[in-house]
Amino acid sequence: MISTMECAADAQSLISISLMKIHNSRTQRGGIKLHKNLLVSYVLRNARQVYIKEKYAEIYRMQQYEEVMTVCNEIQELNPLDLDAEDAEDEEQAAAHARTSSAIFGCSSLDDCSKEPDPCYYRSCCMEPSPVPHCDQFTANNSSSSSHCNKTTVLDLDTHVVTTVENGYLHQDCCCCDALQCGQGARSPARKRKVEFSCCVSDVEDVSDFTAARKRVKREDCCYSNIDYTDTSNISNLISIFGSGFSGLLSRQSDLEQICSKQVLASLGAWTRAIVAF
Amino acid sequence: MKCFSRYLPYLFRPPSTILSSTCHTEADIISTVEFNSSGELLATGDKGGRVVVFQREQESKSQPQRRGEYNVYSTFQSHEPEFDYLKSLEIEEKINKIKWLPQQNAAYFLLSTNDKTVKLWKISERDKRPEGYNLKDDDGRIRDPSTITSLRVPVLQPMDLMVEATARRVFSNAHMYHINSISVNSDYQTYISTDDLRVNLWNLEITDRSFNIVDIKPANMEELTEVITSAEFHPQQCHTFAYSSSKGSIRLCDMREAALCDKHCKYFEEPEDPSTRSFFSEIISSISDVKFSHNGRYLMTRDYLTVKVWDLQMENKPLETYQVHDYLRGKLCSLYENDCIFDKFECVWNGSDSVIMTGSYNNFFRMFDRNTKRDVTLEASRENSKPRAILKPRKVCVGGKRRKDEISVDSLDFSKKILHTTWHPHENIIAVAATNNLYIFQDKVN
Repeated sequence: MISTMECAADAQSLISISLMKIHNSRTQRGGIKLHKNLLVSYVLRNARQVYIKEKYAEIYRMQQYEEVMTVCNEIQELNPLDLDAEDAEDEEQAAAHARTSSAIFGCSSLDDCSKEPDPCYYRSCCMEPSPVPHCDQFTANNSSSSSHCNKTTVLDLDTHVVTTVENGYLHQDCCCCDALQCGQGARSPARKRKVEFSCCVSDVEDVSDFTAARKRVKREDCCYSNIDYTDTSNISNLISIFGSGFSGLLSRQSDLEQICSKQVLASLGAWTRAIVAF
Repeated sequence: MKCFSRYLPYLFRPPSTILSSTCHTEADIISTVEFNSSGELLATGDKGGRVVVFQREQESKSQPQRRGEYNVYSTFQSHEPEFDYLKSLEIEEKINKIKWLPQQNAAYFLLSTNDKTVKLWKISERDKRPEGYNLKDDDGRIRDPSTITSLRVPVLQPMDLMVEATARRVFSNAHMYHINSISVNSDYQTYISTDDLRVNLWNLEITDRSFNIVDIKPANMEELTEVITSAEFHPQQCHTFAYSSSKGSIRLCDMREAALCDKHCKYFEEPEDPSTRSFFSEIISSISDVKFSHNGRYLMTRDYLTVKVWDLQMENKPLETYQVHDYLRGKLCSLYENDCIFDKFECVWNGSDSVIMTGSYNNFFRMFDRNTKRDVTLEASRENSKPRAILKPRKVCVGGKRRKDEISVDSLDFSKKILHTTWHPHENIIAVAATNNLYIFQDKVN
C-alpha cells in the first residue's frame, strides 16, 4: 500500500508532472509512446488515490472539529434540566452528526485508500414505519411541514438511500428507498429531484470542492409526530446502530467508495480519457 | 571475477564529421549494439538511422598486441525519417534493434528496425570489378554502338576492397504501434517483430505478408493495462518464444498449440512486495529486456532496479535476483521528473551463461557472476580507459562516510547511461555503448 507519509502536496505535484508529461508526449517526435504514457497514467492514478484520501481525511477532520465545537457550544448554552424540544433535537442532531462523523472517520482504513465515504452519508434504522407509501406524498407534505418539526432528509443520488435526521434520530426513509429501488434503473437521471439545499449541509459543501462536486439532494420534510424525544432507548439504539454499522459501512463502503470516488473525480474525467485517446 | 578486472579497452566512435570528443549530436547516440554469431562482426545502430559494422582483425604474429582489435568495416544509412500522412505522425529513423542472421555464404545479413519498418541488409565485399565492357566505358558512360569496331571479353580486375550494403528486403506496414524488438528464429527462415500490443511472424523471404501470433490489444483501449515490452525466440526450440510485459510478467508461448498464441503455456511473475509499494511501483516493475540463456534453460529479465534469472521450469518466482542500483529506490521521484525512470536497460549473458551484465548510470555497468555470487561495477569513460589500462572496480556510496574512491549517489551523472551492451558469443569481449561512444573491452592477454 502506498505510504500514508506521502502527503497530498507530493501527490498533487506528481499529478501536475504527470499531466505535463502526457501533454508533452503529444508533440514529441515519433508520436505518442504508448508504453510510457501507460506508465505515466499509473503514476497519475496512484497520486490521485493518495490525494483524494488525504482530502477526505482533511474533510473529516474539519467536519469533526466543527461538529465537536458546535456541540460544545450548545452544551454550554443549554440547561440540561429544562430542555426545549427544539433545542433537544438540535443537540441530539449535532451529537448524532458528531458520532456519525467520528464513526465514519474512525472506520476508514488505509486499505480503503482513496475510497472514503461521503461524510454526509448516514446509516440508520427506521425508527418507525413510514406512514407515507409513496415518495410524492413526501413532496406533497413538504408544503405543509410543521413549524415545530426540525427534520433534515438527505437523498444520496448514488446509493438512493434517503436518510432523515429528525429530532436527533436518524431514519432511513424506507418508502423512498423502496420507491427508488423499484425503479432500478435506480441511477437514471429521472430519479434526481432538484430541491433547495438546506443551510445545514451547505456549510459542509463549502468545505471542499470534492463534496461540492457531489450530486446531493436535500429537502426538508415532515416530522413524525409521535416520537418521544427523551426516550433513552432510542439513544442506545443509535449507539448500537453505529456499533453494528461499522462492518456494514466497511462492506458497503467498497461499493459506495467506488461510486463516491467516481463522482468526486467527475471533474477530472476529461484528462483521464485524454490519456487513452490514441 | 578475475577476468573482468583486467581489461584492455578500446575506444571507438562512429565516424562522423560533426562528432567531437566533448559534444555530439542527437543522431550520434548509439541505440543498439549486437555481435554476430561468430563474434567476428559487431554492429551498432544510432538515432540517426545509421548502422556501423566493426570487424575484428585477424590475428597477426607480427603484431600480437593488436590481437583482435575491431575496426570499422561498413557504414550505411539503414532508415530515413518518414512521415505518416494519414496519422500526421513523424516516424523516427532511430534504429531500435539489430539482429544478425547466421552466415551461410561469403556475405553477411542483418535485420535492422526502427519504429515501423524492418529491413534485411546484405553486407558483402567486393574486391574485383569487371572491366572491358563493349557498350560502356570504364567510367560507365554509354558508348555509341556505331563507334564499336571490335568486340572484347570483359575481365575481372582486382580493386581495393569495398564493402557494400544493400537492402534486400523491406518489411513494412505491419505495425500500428512502435516496434521494440526483433528476434530471428533458430530455423533461420522466420523471425518475429514485436510492438507494444502485437507480435508478428515473418518469413525472411516474404515481405508482403506477416502473421499475427500475439495480440493483447483490448477491444476498448481505455481498458488497456499492459503492453508488450520485448520478445525473443528460444535459442533452440523453433516453436517457442517469450515476451515480457510492462506489468513485470513473462509469457512463454508455443506456436504449435494454436495459430494465435494469446494463451501462454507458461507465465512467469513474482508477486509484488506490498512493503515496497510506491507511486512508481508499476514503472519500476516494467520489464525492459528479456533474454534466453544460450543453453535455453533460463530467462533473464531486466526491470528498472534489478536483473532476474528465471528457470523455465519454475514460474512463481525467479531463480536469482540481482540488485543493479538499489540506491536509486529513494530517488524515484526525481528520476520520474527527469524521465530517467523510463530508461530501458538491456541485459546480456556471457557465452557460458555464467555471468550476466547490464548497464547503469554514470557510465557504470555491472556484472554478476552467477556461480560465485560476486558482482563488480565498472565504468566506461575516456579518463579511465587508456589503452591497456586495467579497469578499476567502482563503488557507489549509499550512506555514511564516503571513502576516497567511492562516488556518492547524489554525484551520479544521470545523463550518462549505459543502456546497450553486448557480449561476444565465445570470448570475454564486451561492447558497451555510452551515449555516442562505443567501448570495447576484452580480457587482457599476457
